[in-house]
Amino acid sequence: MTIELSERVKTVPPSGIRRFFEIAEERDDVISLGVGEPDFSTPWAARDAAIASLEQGKTSYTANRGKRELRDAISTYVSDRFDLEYDPDEQIIVTAGASEAVDLAFRALVDPGETVAIAQPAYISYEPGVIFAGGEVLSVPTSKGDDFRLTVGALEEAGAADADLLVLCYPNNPTGAIMREDDLEPIAAFAREHGLTVLSDEIYAELTYDGEHVSIATLPGMRERTVVFNGFSKAHAMTGLRLGYALGPTDVIGAMNRIHQYTMLSAPTTAQYAALEALESCHDDVREMVDQYDRRRRFVLSRFREIGMDVFEAKGAFYCFPEVPAGVSATEFAEEVLHEQGVAVVPGDVFGEGGTGHLRVSYATGLEELREALARIETFVEEND
Amino acid sequence: MSEREVLESLRENARYSTADIARMTDLDESEVDAVIEELEDAGVICGYQPVVDWDKLEDERVRAEVELNVRLDRETGYGDIAERLARFPQVTALRLVSGDYDFDMEVEGDSIREVSQFVSEKVAPVPEITQTVTHYVMTSYKENGIELGNGDEDDRLSFSP
Repeated sequence: MTIELSERVKTVPPSGIRRFFEIAEERDDVISLGVGEPDFSTPWAARDAAIASLEQGKTSYTANRGKRELRDAISTYVSDRFDLEYDPDEQIIVTAGASEAVDLAFRALVDPGETVAIAQPAYISYEPGVIFAGGEVLSVPTSKGDDFRLTVGALEEAGAADADLLVLCYPNNPTGAIMREDDLEPIAAFAREHGLTVLSDEIYAELTYDGEHVSIATLPGMRERTVVFNGFSKAHAMTGLRLGYALGPTDVIGAMNRIHQYTMLSAPTTAQYAALEALESCHDDVREMVDQYDRRRRFVLSRFREIGMDVFEAKGAFYCFPEVPAGVSATEFAEEVLHEQGVAVVPGDVFGEGGTGHLRVSYATGLEELREALARIETFVEEND
Repeated sequence: MSEREVLESLRENARYSTADIARMTDLDESEVDAVIEELEDAGVICGYQPVVDWDKLEDERVRAEVELNVRLDRETGYGDIAERLARFPQVTALRLVSGDYDFDMEVEGDSIREVSQFVSEKVAPVPEITQTVTHYVMTSYKENGIELGNGDEDDRLSFSP
């Protein structure tokens, strides 16, 4: 007997990363620059808080929206760091990773047949999330010529004026691009003019190396039409603890909570205690990690230039986005450099339009490994020149 | 700022090449060389040494932390005593500290007997020293900010979104 799967699931292909993962698993000498998570451990203070909560037996569900103290702390943090003012009672929801928050937003806001514009290349889960919610994806490609920033021209060309939602991710995974206030203002005007709701994934906000991160929700008229996502995975090195949050208008967060309370009930309790401590006492840990990423960023950019590969000047997240040499596809390059040199990188194509011809290279790896990996890439490029 | 960045890089790993430090700091190699030279000339950088996990070697290396109490007089200050002790090659570190004792001294030798003899025959007899307490190092877990041992395996997935 064959059980018929839903059309929505059948529509979504397996992740483009999966195949590479299987190749990498076959050998034990691989240096992976394909990882989208910090190589640092969760700061000890946060781990201690998690351990203490377990010792005290605090393992029951929390409020659906998350512990009140944590929502208070998030409210204070986003206000202090990013000028985002949200009521912890009604405008913040704590989720199992920012990914859950993104999924909740799609399910709360997208009706079947509605269109979600996604600035691409982008995190690989947005597109399947839209499809699972019954929506349709409109790809809005960004390009190196525009420093991988979204422009109104790109929105118009893609027909995004007719879309219902717009998904942004800055600092960007996979390019490392950031959007400054000047860049966001015309996008905000476009969203207001055409009635677009904006979903702004700002999980890498702390990892901004040149100036301060600006959220589109802080621009005039945008707070009421924007949902902001953030979490503890990246800046606080808490990927496995699965804790994120969303900030948004009362009715939207309320709708997201309605789905959340029937599916997840509440985010992991232990992780909520860790997150509370992370916000209260781990600022120096975050600063130290960001400084180290910045040194690695500069190192990797410099090495790619020496190797002779054009590379975009990434200003955020922990990725850089070099171009593969002419005459070879990013997928071929990634497969061959993995086979021949044991270096794992991700072809930019898997992140959608605009990523073609590029590689996502994560520098969330120690400098010694980065140095060796870049030397191997250099050998590979020289041998295949 | 560039001084600080170069210093941070060297403290992370003093064997980083000038080229690597230049890449990390966006400086020219010649600028990195100049900064290092200035730091050396000014005595900010006093030397370069490897961080050694002696437990991994078969040769025995004995280390001890020695607490010293001293009595000062009009002619003799802490600096004078420190100068005398620091000249012994067996002394690898010497610090004036606050608390229950005055000096914290690190001593190395090839055997417990050698270290003991050094403390009892060379250090204890110094007239100003009133008391020594020797603690032998049994296992070292961290040196100069570097955790010793095999380190954790990177068990992250090779690829993740």
